[in-house]
Amino acid sequence: MKEYLLLYRMDMNTIPNRTEEQAAQVMQLWMDWIGGIAAKGQLVSRGSRLEATGRVLRSGNVVTNGPFTDIKEVLGGYSLVKAADYDEALQMAAGCPVLNMGGSVEIREQAGM
Amino acid sequence: MDQSALIPHLFRTEFGRITSVLAWRFGIAHIEVAEDIAGETFLAAMETWPYKGIPDNPTGWLYTVAANKAKNYLARDTNFQKKIVPELRRGEEAVNAQDIDLSPGNIKDSQLRMLFAICHPAIPQEAQIGLALRVLCGLGIDEIAHALLSNKETINKRLHRAKERLRDEGIIIDLPPAAEIEQRLDTVLTTLYLLFNEGYYSETHDEMIREDLCREAIRLASLLTESEQTNIPAVNALLALMCFHASRFAARRDSEGDMVLYADQDESLWDQQLIARGVGYINAASRGERLSRYHVEAGIAYWHTIKEDTPEKWENILQLYNILLQIQYSPVAALNRTFALAKARSKEEAITEAEKLQLTTNPYYYTLLGELYADQDQAKARSYLDKALSLAVTRADRRSIRQKLDRLS
Repeated sequence: MKEYLLLYRMDMNTIPNRTEEQAAQVMQLWMDWIGGIAAKGQLVSRGSRLEATGRVLRSGNVVTNGPFTDIKEVLGGYSLVKAADYDEALQMAAGCPVLNMGGSVEIREQAGM
Repeated sequence: MDQSALIPHLFRTEFGRITSVLAWRFGIAHIEVAEDIAGETFLAAMETWPYKGIPDNPTGWLYTVAANKAKNYLARDTNFQKKIVPELRRGEEAVNAQDIDLSPGNIKDSQLRMLFAICHPAIPQEAQIGLALRVLCGLGIDEIAHALLSNKETINKRLHRAKERLRDEGIIIDLPPAAEIEQRLDTVLTTLYLLFNEGYYSETHDEMIREDLCREAIRLASLLTESEQTNIPAVNALLALMCFHASRFAARRDSEGDMVLYADQDESLWDQQLIARGVGYINAASRGERLSRYHVEAGIAYWHTIKEDTPEKWENILQLYNILLQIQYSPVAALNRTFALAKARSKEEAITEAEKLQLTTNPYYYTLLGELYADQDQAKARSYLDKALSLAVTRADRRSIRQKLDRLS
């Protein structure tokens, strides 16, 4: 088994203002999906959702505020999973709710130390 | 309770109390002396009570005899005088019977200290359970071997090694420093949880042992809530979990002592008082930031105290299993999640998820698949249940699988 980082990206501007009930529904989709991975014993870390904005530090102590206008899709969260290979990791990612929200899942194998 | 049942019952509840107090007084290196004195005290009861009758206050009788025996031992045993007395806690010159403090307060404190000493990270988990059963719950070696599905020799060796370890590591019978308590409690809670499970899921048909084990686990966990330093949310969550499970005790066995499955239980037999106590603990557990696995499992157990099958119930259980699996994976949790999925959504959805699990050496995996296919494809259901039967280890499991097979037309 190898470890893969799943990075969830989406265009934050397209997220509609959800009612509480809609937000709960979206949460349930995420929980069902990640619960399915965990039920196979292949979730290494549930990771976290990320706030839409942040800071970027560059050399020379240059700090800029997010959101990062040069890219449309921003990082919205991440998880760490175990899979035999990219094929299996892709199969897992296929159920990710972000795909139905116009977003994407980037899958990156962890490199050894 | 008649006399033949009273002594074994008192043995299970009082042996540990006496041993803890004496061991604390003598130091952990002499835990075996403490056990011997506690054992001799019960021997005296067995020799005296049948002739003179049960004393009005049997527990008080035991404490008096134990204190006297400890005092005599200390006076008589020159070796003890030379080697142990100088190391005795508090460094007093002479030990007298008043020093053997078997008051309720000191019993509680001693057991709490002993709980932390036994559940020390330096002691392997299975040895911790064995020691807790022996030293805190007064189980005999035979009973421990029986409860842990092992044999006498293995248990004896395990306990012996664990006691050596306690000695060699210089573990002191005391509460850990405040900064370490929360971390050390993790180990304590794991052991109490396993202790409860030994009782709850034990194969033995001896109802008394099972209930006593569970009651002892609840009692020891309750001790933790009575001390401010150890009364953290996770302790309350674990207690809630234990109360909710224990509430079904009377309903779980039929008149022959065989297991009654949850769906077939008579809920009028569920202990509403224990359920209410569990709800109290859940409320106490909900302060604080950290969500422990016990919080989640207590939530799942709470929903099981409501018999009526509603979509709300099973959706809640499903979501709690989703969370539990993210905190801690176990095959049982994975299977239960899939069962909840069938109840909350549909069997089709659950079958898709179940087939991904591939727990191909697990009898419960095939039992679940057999149940999920029961309405869809009888032949498939039968072949899964046959597979489950071939993998099942316990008599109770084989019996419940056969029942499911019989229910297929």
